[in-house]
Amino acid sequence: MNVNLSKKQDLLEVRGLKEYFDINMGFFRTRPLKAVDDVSFSIRRGETLGLVGESGCGKTTVGRTILHLYKPTAGTVVYDGMEINDPRSLKEFRKKATMVFQDPYSSLNPRMTVSDIVAEPLDVHHLYNGKKEREERVLELLSLVGLNSEHASRYAHEFSGGQRQRIGIARALAVNPEFIVCDEPVSALDVSIQAQVINMFDDLQDRLGLTYLFIAHDLLVVRHISNRIAVMYLGKMVELASAEEIYRHPLHPYSQSLLSAVPLPDPRKARANKRIVLTGDIPSPLNAPSGCPFRTRCRFAKECCAESMPPFNEVENGHFVACHRIGEL
Amino acid sequence: MALLEVKDLRTSFFTDAGEVKAVDGVSFELDRGRVLGIVGESGSGKSVTAYSIMQILAPTGKIVGGSIRFDGQELIGADENHMRRVRGNRISIIFQDPMTSLNPTYTIGHQLMEAILLHTGRNKSEARDRALEMLTLVNVNEPHKRLKQYPFELSGGMRQRVMIAMALACEPDILIADEPTTALDVTIQAQILELMQDLQKKLGMAIIMITHDLGVVAQMCDEVIVMYAGAVCERGTADEIFYTPAHEYTKGLMRSIPRDENNGQRLRPITGTPIDLLNMPRGCPFAPRCENAMKVCLTQRPGIMDLGGSHTSACWMNYKDTAAACAAPEGDKA
Repeated sequence: MNVNLSKKQDLLEVRGLKEYFDINMGFFRTRPLKAVDDVSFSIRRGETLGLVGESGCGKTTVGRTILHLYKPTAGTVVYDGMEINDPRSLKEFRKKATMVFQDPYSSLNPRMTVSDIVAEPLDVHHLYNGKKEREERVLELLSLVGLNSEHASRYAHEFSGGQRQRIGIARALAVNPEFIVCDEPVSALDVSIQAQVINMFDDLQDRLGLTYLFIAHDLLVVRHISNRIAVMYLGKMVELASAEEIYRHPLHPYSQSLLSAVPLPDPRKARANKRIVLTGDIPSPLNAPSGCPFRTRCRFAKECCAESMPPFNEVENGHFVACHRIGEL
Repeated sequence: MALLEVKDLRTSFFTDAGEVKAVDGVSFELDRGRVLGIVGESGSGKSVTAYSIMQILAPTGKIVGGSIRFDGQELIGADENHMRRVRGNRISIIFQDPMTSLNPTYTIGHQLMEAILLHTGRNKSEARDRALEMLTLVNVNEPHKRLKQYPFELSGGMRQRVMIAMALACEPDILIADEPTTALDVTIQAQILELMQDLQKKLGMAIIMITHDLGVVAQMCDEVIVMYAGAVCERGTADEIFYTPAHEYTKGLMRSIPRDENNGQRLRPITGTPIDLLNMPRGCPFAPRCENAMKVCLTQRPGIMDLGGSHTSACWMNYKDTAAACAAPEGDKA
């Protein structure tokens, strides 16, 4: 799979990314778990790329491997023309790319004050001269996410889930990043709070010109926030297209059933919705099926699907799909 | 007469910090064969309402008032023997997290048969047959093999099916589902919801569906009650709640979820943070977050107003005279 997706305005390019974890099978035997298997895509400057899929499909691993929180097994990450391959480029990259985590409860150190949590990236990268400047920067960051100076000296446990997620976002913004990996940043929040945080992501993008990789399993939220959406299944990317395109006209059988399974918050539409209910569970990535990973649950699977992984081809302008039977369906 | 009539239910938790009124005056009826949705955010009292009906509250919790009549009989104050005959037999419950609600040290078969042996006159081999029948009913593949397996050997969706099989084994009149699909992926969620709808039609039971997901409510429920801070703020058919919401909180919820109508537009979230039950405001509990709050909202709690049919709402905005009298919007929402 060697698709050239890169265009001039691309901020981040991922080529043939693989991340295998060694699973201990006992007595010096290990087996690779292919969490991410040969994934290529690019993100344009200023856009939001949504990454969706079920748990265990490798979407979080993609986010973490891009930031080199896991060392990639194979493949390259090119950021703004610079390949990330040595400690120096990694340090530069980490000043420009940060992450917001899913769980606002476990991702903040309970022993640190909010001001120390938010200033930690500044400390690591030596981004201030003197205490006063550090303090000013912390207050500036807190006001950016709708918190104020009286919050700075408190501890994380004193805040609600939505406020904690704001602290996590302030920390991610500390180094003035250009690119943020958002790993399910709103799934732990209540509906009314979720909308506040989503709007904040929108505003910050407008004000600071940020680029997001937005990982989530709530497809309505992803559609709302993303320009383009990529769908993953069992470590592979199966479809990539603009958000509207993928909702109106999904091509991969997995994307079709995934989208039809979303319960619509509208009783008349929900009653009329013809769901394509998949049978069975997602297979274990340790025993992934041969060929197309989705073939065991696919309505259209044929013999050819078991033989080889379908290539990730551009079937329409900007619409990529990996399916052998795409021409026939 | 309705199958279940809950009237002015009040449940409090007595903590070191004081009395927390988790459920504060909840009333509803449920008829046979209907699906009632209870929606609200965390801490709104939706789960505590369900636990109060089953009387499985934590030791600090106590029902302090109201009445729960099930099939004509009062459950509050009923002796433990009576409750034992109701629980798991005529009213059963499925919990949110299928991993922690199954016992990891017993096989699936043992746990399924336990309820059957306890509540029906079946002997062991009949109970085993019934357990197999139930597993087949909920579309678990290879049911014979599953009976001998332990919970950790099954996937999340499979465990939730086992929970449903267990809850339905005694053909209850009411099934309470407490966030049954929150821990599951969308495609598995679709399977489980479809299964619940099928079984509901087949067995004709009533379902109380507790969830915060408005999509699940739209798909499953005939009637909906919306809860905020332990009280019901609006009640109506699913269509009334979704298309003509009357309470400001319900309206806010509808505006804050991404859907087709507001695609590409900015969401309009409800401002502020969820309420602290230890520090309840004097007036309407939602007033501090309400964008249309008036003076009266801050001082007096609105009563429940009938809007025709089964649609009710507890919001001062629905009282036309009051709204006119207190037209000056309250600027300072302190």
